[in-house]
Amino acid sequence: MSFKTPLKIVMAAALTLGASTAMAFEPSGKVECIAPSDPGGGWDFTCRSIGNVLEDLDLVPSSVQTINMAGAGGGVAYAHTVSKRAGDEQLLVAASTATTTRLAQGQFQGMDADMVNWIGALGADYGVIAVSKDSEYENLNDLMDALKDDPRAVKFAGGSAKGGWDHLKVLIAAKAADVGKLPKIPYLSYNNGGEALTQVVGGHVDAFTGDISEAKGFMESGDLRILAVLSEERLPGEFSDIPTAKEQGIDALGPNWRGFYMPADISDDAREYWIDAMDTVYASDEWKELMKKNGLMPFHKSADEFNAFVKKQIQDIQELSKEIGLSK
Amino acid sequence: METLGYLIDGFSVALAPHNLMFALIGAFLGTLIGALPGLGPANGVAILIPLAFTLGLPPETALIMLTSVYAGAMYGGRISSILLNIPGDEPAMMTCLDGYPMAQKGKAAEALAISAIASFMGSLIATIGLILLAPLLAKFALTFGPAEYFALFVLAFATLGGITGKNPVKTILAAAIGLMIATVGIDNTGTQRYTFGVLELYEGVDFIIAIVGLFAISELLFFIEARAGSGGASVMVNKLKLSWKDIGSIFPTTLRGGVLGFISGVLPGAGASLGSFISYTLEKKVLGKKGDFGEGDPRGVAAPEAGNNGASSGALVPMLTLGVPGSGTTAVLLALLISMNITPGPMMFTQNADIVWGVIAALLVGNFLLLLLNIPLVGMFVKLLSVPPKYLLPIVTMVAFVGIYSISNSAFDLYFMVAFGVAGYILRKLEIPLVPIILGLLLGPEMEKNLGHALTVSNGDWSVLWGSGLSITLWALAIIGLVLPVVVGPVLRRRMRAAQENVG
Repeated sequence: MSFKTPLKIVMAAALTLGASTAMAFEPSGKVECIAPSDPGGGWDFTCRSIGNVLEDLDLVPSSVQTINMAGAGGGVAYAHTVSKRAGDEQLLVAASTATTTRLAQGQFQGMDADMVNWIGALGADYGVIAVSKDSEYENLNDLMDALKDDPRAVKFAGGSAKGGWDHLKVLIAAKAADVGKLPKIPYLSYNNGGEALTQVVGGHVDAFTGDISEAKGFMESGDLRILAVLSEERLPGEFSDIPTAKEQGIDALGPNWRGFYMPADISDDAREYWIDAMDTVYASDEWKELMKKNGLMPFHKSADEFNAFVKKQIQDIQELSKEIGLSK
Repeated sequence: METLGYLIDGFSVALAPHNLMFALIGAFLGTLIGALPGLGPANGVAILIPLAFTLGLPPETALIMLTSVYAGAMYGGRISSILLNIPGDEPAMMTCLDGYPMAQKGKAAEALAISAIASFMGSLIATIGLILLAPLLAKFALTFGPAEYFALFVLAFATLGGITGKNPVKTILAAAIGLMIATVGIDNTGTQRYTFGVLELYEGVDFIIAIVGLFAISELLFFIEARAGSGGASVMVNKLKLSWKDIGSIFPTTLRGGVLGFISGVLPGAGASLGSFISYTLEKKVLGKKGDFGEGDPRGVAAPEAGNNGASSGALVPMLTLGVPGSGTTAVLLALLISMNITPGPMMFTQNADIVWGVIAALLVGNFLLLLLNIPLVGMFVKLLSVPPKYLLPIVTMVAFVGIYSISNSAFDLYFMVAFGVAGYILRKLEIPLVPIILGLLLGPEMEKNLGHALTVSNGDWSVLWGSGLSITLWALAIIGLVLPVVVGPVLRRRMRAAQENVG
């Protein structure tokens, strides 16, 4: 047994102090991580990269095996975790805002957020609203004013389905800016942010809604003007020139977080172990490097705080979805 | 010059040892598949897709392997044309005309070598064409809005039957089946269609499962039905006697064939069969009485082979730049790309530059590998031609099942694959072509989405669909594509058949 991490030292210390509690949990054998998508997507990245960091930090005994379980936008993996893996203490499942969105809109039939254990979020990609460099809109207020006059005045393109996260970001911003008639705002859904961006830069659609990591390329080439980023504070580094929606008087937040949930009915010790492990990963230099390379911004919630965050996000999305008539 | 930089980066991907190894495996398997009569390149790639998943290959390696299979199949088609007078695949039909007579004169080795060199030249010319043309087209693609994309997809469907296609009604029927399957799942507006509350159907039908089922599993069923236990007759090949002068004499032929093939590959719906046909006829016209075509003229072997290999690289141009496949095999490759989360089209050249250029570089590398494989090792392929299918069959079955299972670890997918296999078998018995089904499945959702978007942008005004010069051009091409086969098709087909019958 190696003592490379502070975590293990603390645990070992706890044990040697002769606490009368049961043996603390420690994973043994195979640890699995389900990416609810085909290889190559965001969830796949979450599993594989976090898996590697867990291995490097010796938080898992051997390796983390990534299993791709695509289907129903994460629904197949969610159903699998709920119905077949309850009590499995060596299973992580990658999740993001897409998961909460689908849960909120009742797209995982008969399942809700209470059926799994929310472990933690380890970074986020923040939402942006952008227009092409030739656009008449100079800032977010220009654009929102146009929508107030006529909700059909600005057409948005994004990489998620209708009612999906990219669509919701527009609605979150529009709602915060007091634009009425939210269901009337046109949203065009594309297969991914890249496709949507090409349409905006090519002048076919008025505005882009997506994540900062998607907009980066066209922002650097000067073809895209980012009107606002939906974060609490300005983002670091090269993005520091982009104003937040908040500082333009529109209180809209849109973090697309990356994190994990685990099956229900796991022991408290196991839950504690994985929460601590995720905290250790988040603090590690390896993960910071990976986040930077992949355009992820600092965003960390764990344990109960994360659980509360997830429930709140689901509730917000539910209200918004009802308002635009997407769910009952 | 930017292109050159990208290409050099591409070579660094293609020449990485593991990629090189898979390119070699792909080229070898491709040649073998091409050589087996009846197993065309589309089926070959479809059968080998699960292999990529079984091995858990990263996207660029999987694509490099399968483009090598694709190029290899085009090389391999000629082997049985020359030796047995049975084309290994449709585009190799024209190679029978002079290849078989050469073999009968005891010059089988020469015919095989010449055709390998011609294939190499055709591919090389077309790949250079691809390198020059693709980035231009990709830049141009920014001008495609929803209306233009819709018109482009209409064009793809209109030219689907192709000039050499047989029964237009069955083609339309097949495309309609594909479009129907494409509607399953959660649509663009979040509405569920034909999902019956089954979670596995929410994301629609996976193209790869449909393709492997329709092509590979139905192929297995055909094999079983034919009970072809014994394998082909074994053929002996004479010792190769080929001088530089002989190679020099076919050089102009391969240049013409390669260029013509490339052009017919780029044009939607034309494809490799037309490429080889045009190259052969032109060669005959150019040389006239100076050659003895039909009686074993080496140039008659070189022209169609340069043509069909040129066309196979040419067909990659519309697939990579616009996401619209120019042939059945490129449709299968397109499905592979999509299932690996890579969206073909203009963005791919910037977002996935390493993959695109890696694949293009791999085409060049693969081409050299194929030439090396096909000249000294041709004897081995000839021997493999007589391997009884009873050994090949279980391997293919195993690879298909393991591969599909490893995509999403779901037994549901396996049932689906088998169901598609049975459906594919029945459809082939009814002579309903399978490629339009795949195209319908692939392009249907895109077409629907772009129509919806065009109408949203225009606030419901349908005239937006023909509102720009580009879209009008595309509509015009679509109409030509629809009408031309009806007018020219029968004539062309009659000529091809006549040419075929003259020999044999």
